[in-house]
Amino acid sequence: MQTLRRTPLYERHAALGARLVPFAGWEMPVQYAGIGEEHRAVRTSAGVFDVSHMGELRMVGEGAREYLQARLSNDLDRIESGQAQYTLLTNDRGGIVDDLIAYRRERDDYLLVVNAGNVDVDHGVLADAENVSDEWALLAVQGPEALERLEVEIEPFTFREGVDILGVRCFVAGTGYTGERGCELGCVPEDAPRLWDAILERGIAPCGLGARDTLRLEVCYPLHGNDISPERTPIEAGLGWACALTKDFPGVERLCRQKDEGPEEKLVGFVMEDAGIPRAGMAIAEDGEVTSGTLSPTLDVGIGLGYVPARLADPGTEITIDLRGRPRRARIVPKPFYKREER
Amino acid sequence: MAAEESYPDNLRYHAEHDWARIEGDTATLGITWYAQDALGELVHFEPPEEGSSVAKDESYGEVESVKAVSEVIAPLSGEVVGINAKAVDEPETINADPYEEGWLVRIRLSSPDEVDELLDSEAYRKLLEEQ
Repeated sequence: MQTLRRTPLYERHAALGARLVPFAGWEMPVQYAGIGEEHRAVRTSAGVFDVSHMGELRMVGEGAREYLQARLSNDLDRIESGQAQYTLLTNDRGGIVDDLIAYRRERDDYLLVVNAGNVDVDHGVLADAENVSDEWALLAVQGPEALERLEVEIEPFTFREGVDILGVRCFVAGTGYTGERGCELGCVPEDAPRLWDAILERGIAPCGLGARDTLRLEVCYPLHGNDISPERTPIEAGLGWACALTKDFPGVERLCRQKDEGPEEKLVGFVMEDAGIPRAGMAIAEDGEVTSGTLSPTLDVGIGLGYVPARLADPGTEITIDLRGRPRRARIVPKPFYKREER
Repeated sequence: MAAEESYPDNLRYHAEHDWARIEGDTATLGITWYAQDALGELVHFEPPEEGSSVAKDESYGEVESVKAVSEVIAPLSGEVVGINAKAVDEPETINADPYEEGWLVRIRLSSPDEVDELLDSEAYRKLLEEQ
């Protein structure tokens, strides 16, 4: 049996009474007080997530930009030093190997934050990059009051390094996975417990992977392995905006063709009209499959993402979810399910 | 709010973490404190139809938390004569009060002798300790 890895905050999670579960080879907190309560904390005030399981790859040196530009879907020239970008690693068929955030330090110096379960696969594709995952602890502080409570200002999709946050030297980025304002804080693993304690002292609620999943699903951020995979393309997934189809990267020809002809299947969002909660893997009776589902804590209704044939993909279309043998009605709606109010 | 851990002496228990309160030829059924705690905050109870029959050791409904779904196993056989509307409308009641307000269904027993096969509170506690 493979031993589960633990983040530098494992002891903190255990002491808080978190329910710990295996996730992508790591022993991670799925909840502390409860998923609903943690979800609401992030939507209404602030919550903190230990995301130290995520991987970090560094690509630095002459030719770094060209190397990444030839392998990532988005155009790195759209961002400047100090900015971040959502981008995809694709295979020759245009399938999504991983989705990640690229942080541009200099023209030839990048940090890539990738999904925990894909670090080795990504490093295989980006062999010239260095896997620096063990040098990083990563905390996401999210919610309308997150930045205020940390006394930091950071614009969305920008980052700064060497910033003092509550006495700890941090990498601070205006990124996250919840649809709220907030930041992600990187530090050396030794400093992580001290940073975590200081964040909790500011009245920020500890949140687990359970709330992380319901939060991201309400704003329709795809989860790799569920909603996107090497068998699905960005065009099918509605991620064409993260693909620079005028440059050369793996699978670009197929993606261009798919874009012109229109994909046969599309990733759509749907809301349950009957009782019940959709779950990943459930069949859509008319044709298709659910890839993520939950009860939306904000809307208090079952919501889900799934692939359906293009003819069924328009908002308003009624579909039927097979809830373990019971047909239940749902309706396709525009994405996302939830959008934060501008303040 | 979650309830304090308890396993009342006046109930009988099934190893799949269900309880039964026997009242003459009917029984009220629900899930134990241990079951609701393991599942976390419940958000959905899928009840059986009134008038349908349930069989001992077989699933008669589902309880669902944000993360997971679980079948509810009948500790006894019988016909469904009542469903707790509150558990359907406000599933969190099952977490808050698993033995009183959070009961799930009421059945008319078809094989009252099955009661003898159920665990008492002490035996069920022992089973939990061994897990």
